[in-house]
Amino acid sequence: MAGLLYLHSTLLTSASALRRRAGAPASSSRRRCRVEAKIREIFMPALSSTMTEGKIISWTAAEGDRLAKGDPVVVVESDKADMDVETFHDGFLAAVLVPAGESAPVGSAIALLAESEEEIPLAQSQFASFSPSSSPPPPQETAAQEASPPPPAPAAVSAPAPPSPATQGGVRVVASPYAKKLAKDLGVDLFSVTGSGPGGRIVAKDAEAAAAAPKKAAPVAAARPDVPLGSTVLFTTMQGAVSKNMVESLAVPTFRVGYTITTDALDALYKKIKSKGVTMTALLAKATAMALVQHPVVNSSCRDGKSFTYNSSISIAVAVAVDGGLITPVLQDADKVDIYSLSRKWKELVDKARAKQLQPHEYNSGTFTLSNLGMFGVDRFDAILPPGTGAIMALGALQPTVVGTKDGRIGIKNQMQVNVTADHRVIYGADLAAFLQTLSKIIEDPKDLTF
Amino acid sequence: MQSTAAVPMSASVITTGGSGARSGAARRPGRIRVCWLRGEALACPSLRISQEPARRAVARAAAASNGAVAGSGGFDYDLVIIGAGVGGHGAALHAVEEGLKTAIIEGDVVGGTCVNRGCVPSKALLAVSGRMRELHDEHHMKSLGLQVSSPGYDRQAVADHANNLASKIRSNLTNSMNALGVDILTGVGTIVGKQKVRYGKVGFPDKEITARNIIIATGSVPFVPKGIEIDGKTVFTSDHALKLESVPDWIAIVGSGYIGLEFSDVYTALGSEVTFVEALDQLMPGFDPEIAKLAQRVLINPRKIDYHTGVFASKITPAKDGKPVLIELIDAKTKEHKETLEVDAALIATGRAPFTKGLGLENINVVTQRGFVPVDERMQVMDADGNVVPDLYCIGDANGKLMLAHAASAQGISVVEQISGRDHVLNHLSIPAACFTHPEISMVGLTEPQAREKADKEGFEINVVKTSFKANTKALAENGADGLAKLIYRRDTGEILGVHILGLHAADLIHEASNAIALGTCVQDIKFAVHAHPTLSEVLDELFKSAKLQPRGVQDSKPNQPPQPLLKVLSFITSLFSSQK
Repeated sequence: MAGLLYLHSTLLTSASALRRRAGAPASSSRRRCRVEAKIREIFMPALSSTMTEGKIISWTAAEGDRLAKGDPVVVVESDKADMDVETFHDGFLAAVLVPAGESAPVGSAIALLAESEEEIPLAQSQFASFSPSSSPPPPQETAAQEASPPPPAPAAVSAPAPPSPATQGGVRVVASPYAKKLAKDLGVDLFSVTGSGPGGRIVAKDAEAAAAAPKKAAPVAAARPDVPLGSTVLFTTMQGAVSKNMVESLAVPTFRVGYTITTDALDALYKKIKSKGVTMTALLAKATAMALVQHPVVNSSCRDGKSFTYNSSISIAVAVAVDGGLITPVLQDADKVDIYSLSRKWKELVDKARAKQLQPHEYNSGTFTLSNLGMFGVDRFDAILPPGTGAIMALGALQPTVVGTKDGRIGIKNQMQVNVTADHRVIYGADLAAFLQTLSKIIEDPKDLTF
Repeated sequence: MQSTAAVPMSASVITTGGSGARSGAARRPGRIRVCWLRGEALACPSLRISQEPARRAVARAAAASNGAVAGSGGFDYDLVIIGAGVGGHGAALHAVEEGLKTAIIEGDVVGGTCVNRGCVPSKALLAVSGRMRELHDEHHMKSLGLQVSSPGYDRQAVADHANNLASKIRSNLTNSMNALGVDILTGVGTIVGKQKVRYGKVGFPDKEITARNIIIATGSVPFVPKGIEIDGKTVFTSDHALKLESVPDWIAIVGSGYIGLEFSDVYTALGSEVTFVEALDQLMPGFDPEIAKLAQRVLINPRKIDYHTGVFASKITPAKDGKPVLIELIDAKTKEHKETLEVDAALIATGRAPFTKGLGLENINVVTQRGFVPVDERMQVMDADGNVVPDLYCIGDANGKLMLAHAASAQGISVVEQISGRDHVLNHLSIPAACFTHPEISMVGLTEPQAREKADKEGFEINVVKTSFKANTKALAENGADGLAKLIYRRDTGEILGVHILGLHAADLIHEASNAIALGTCVQDIKFAVHAHPTLSEVLDELFKSAKLQPRGVQDSKPNQPPQPLLKVLSFITSLFSSQK
C-alpha cells in the first residue's frame, strides 16, 4: 500500500504537496483519478525520490480482468527496485496503455480501469485518444509561459532506445556508447548527426553539438506549432496538473505591484562577466535573492490560512518552457551561492529540464518564482501565483527608454518593468514596495552581485 | 560458448550442489548460545574430517622441512605437482606442513594465471580505477566536502603498478616455496606412466622422476572462440589487457562475466567507452538475477557503456591499414548476421579454457572433456572407463569444477589431506567468489533460482531476506550506500544456502557467510555473533538478524516475504523526506 500512497503524492503538484505537509496528510488520497464516465487512469507511480520514469516489467492482470482494491496490477522497475503496484479501486482492467517492456514517466497513465464490465469498450475507445508510450506526446503550444506550479514530472516518454547503432534505409550509424546515451537523453536523432570521430564515428561531442544547435533557434521555431486543427486534444498529465493548479490558485487572494528598474549598470556588469559563463537569468535570480534576504516576509508563504511560514532558505524557481508545458527548475540558496556557481548550476538545470531529468526536489522546492518573457519583447505581464508560495515576479524586456532625469534633462536609459504577484494574506503592499525598492537599488548598483 | 567466465563456475555449482553442502549443517540442532560457537565449529561434520583409518598408507617419516631425503619408499618424491600457480602453491605448502617430500614443476613463471595474468595485476588496475572514478565523481566529492581539480593519470605508471605488483607477489610465492624446501623443477611436465613424470623443455622432456602422488595443476588460458583473430594490440585477451599498453577510446568487451565486468570498470574509469557483447540474453548471466539487475543499474547504466545481448561475435578482425576493429555480430539463436561494430579495440573475455595439452594423459587412459580433466569429488582423476586413476589428482582450472584461484588452492589442500591419510571432501558451495568492480560483488553458495530448484526437489522451504547498504552507518559515511546483501536460507533448519552481496567491500564481507557455510553455522546461531560498530560488516549482521525461522512444530505453508513490504515502507518514508526539501 505504501507504494500506492506515494503514487498519490507524486501526482499532486507541489502546491498540494505543500498542503499535505502542513498537516492534512490524507486529504488528497482520492484525488489520483480523473473520473470520466467512471473510467480511471492508473498512473506510473514514483517508487523512489529519484525516479523519473519506470519500466513495466510485467502486467500481473490482463485486460478484462476483474480487480479488487489492493490487487497487484503491474510490476514496475524503477531506478532502484522492482515493485508490485496495486490498484486501490475495484473495477476491470480495460486497457493497457503501456505494454510490458516499455517505459513511462512518473505520473503518466499506464492503464485504464473501468468501473463496470460494460464500460470496458468505452474505455478502450478512449484508449485511442491516449498517445501510446512509444511516441512523443501530442505537440503542444509552448509559448504559454504563465508562471504556474511545476508539473509533477517531465512529460515526454522515452521509448527504450535500441542498444545498438541501428540501420536506416541501409545507412549505418556508427556512434560510441556515450554518444548514443547522450543522444537518447538529449533527444538527438543520430541519423542527422555528422560524426567527427575516427572513421566518421559519432562521438559524445557531436551529439552535444547537435543538441545545442536547435536550442538556440527554439524561441523562433516555436512559432508554428503543429496541432491537429478542429479536434479536441486531451491534456497530458503535465498539462492536467497545470490546469488543476491554475484553478486552485483562484483560492488565493493575490494583488500586484509593478516597478520600473533602470538596468544600465546591470547590462554593463553582464557584458563584463558574460565571458565567464554568467547568464542574465542567474544575475536576476541572484539580485532577487539578495533583496529577499532583507525582506523575509516576501519569501514566506501562507499554508493554512492562519500563519506565516517563513522559509529557512531562499530558493529561486525560474519558469522554463519545455515541450508540452513548462517546468520551474530551482536555484537553491541563491543568496549564498556565488554568481559563477549559480550560472553553472542554472545551465545544468536547464540541460536536465530539456532532457527531462530533473528530480522532484529540483523543480518543486522554490520559495519565490521568477517568470521572464523579456526575450520575446514582452514589456510587462502579469503572473499567476503558484499555490504554496508567497510571491512571483514577472520580468519584462530590458529596453532603451526615454526618461527624464532629476536635473531636468531627457536621456535614454535601459529599463525593465517587473510586476510582482503576491498572496495578500501574508505579504502586504508596503512589503512588496519595500522589496522592489531594495531590488531596484541592487540592480542599479550591482557590484555586490559578484562579491 | 562465448558467454562468460562465470558459466563454468555456475554450472559446477549446480552439479556439486547435491554432494558437499547437504552434509552437516542442516542436521545440527539449532539451540546454540554464543559461547558454543567455537566448539561447535571445530566439531562441525560438514568438513568431513573423518577419523577413519587412512585410505592410503603414506610414509610420513618426514621430520625435515621437505620430507625425508631418501625416505619416500623408493620414490623420488611423495608428491609432485605439475603447475606452480596458486593451486599448486597452496598444495605444496600444505604438503610440506604434512611432512611430504614435494616438488613442483613449472614451465613458465611461478604464480600462474592468478599472479601473473589474472587476479593480481587486475587488482592493481582496479585499485587505480576505483580512485579515478571517485575523484571524477564531482557530486560524490562535493558531498564529502572535497575539492579536486581535474584528476588525470599516467598510463605507463598505472601499467607499471600492475606489473610491479605481479613481480612482487611472484617473488613472495617463490620465496615461500624455497624457504620450505619445495623443489622447483623447471620445464613442462608430462605423465609417462603410473607415478612417473618426465619434465624439461617443450618436446624434450629429458628428466624423469617418480612420485608416490601426482597433482595436475596446469590451470587455464583465455578461451578465444573461432573466428576471432588476436593480434595482441587491438584485439586481445586479458593476458594483454593487463599490461595496459593502450587505453582505447572505444573498446568492445566480448563476454560480461567477472573478467569482462572488471575490465569495463577499469576502462571506463580511465576514459574509454565500452560496448559489451554477450551471447546470453542478459548481462552477467552467472550472477544471482537480482544482483545482476542491481549491478546493471549501478555498474552499467550510469556509465559510458552500451551492450548487445543474445549475439555472438562470429568474426573479429584487428585494426589495420587505417581501418577500425571490425566485429561481426550474429544472432545467438538464428545465427543470422545482425550488424557489424567498428571499434578501436576488442577484449575477448569469453571465459577460460583448460590448459591440459601435452600432459600425457593418453599414457594413463584418461580422456579430457572439452579439455578438462575428469575428476571425482575428491579430485581423483577418472580414466576413460570411469575408474579412479590411483595416486593421480587434478585441481584448479584444469578440472573446471570452480575456476577460481582460491578454489584451486582449497582443492590442493583437500588432496594433501587425503594423501596424508585423512579423508576430505571440499564443500564447493562454501567457496566464495568476488568481482572487484566499484562497488564490489561477491557471492557464496546457491543463487536464488538454484536454491528454489533444490528446495522444490528436496521438499523444503526457503526464505530470502535482504538488507541495504543504505541503512549502514559506515556505508553512509563513505557515501557508498548503493548496495544490497541477500541471504537465502532453509526456513526449517536455518541452513545458509547462499549469500550475495553488491556494495562497498563486498569481497571482504562475504567471508563471514562463506565461513558459516563451511563450518555449518546456521542463521539462528550466527545472529548472536557480535559485530563492531560502525562497520560494513553490520550489513551482514542485520541480514542474519532479519532471518526468521519457521516456528517449531507449526506447518505454515505460506512463507513470509518481508522484503517487499519493507521496501515499500522505506520508499514511502524516503519519499516523505525528499518531498519536504
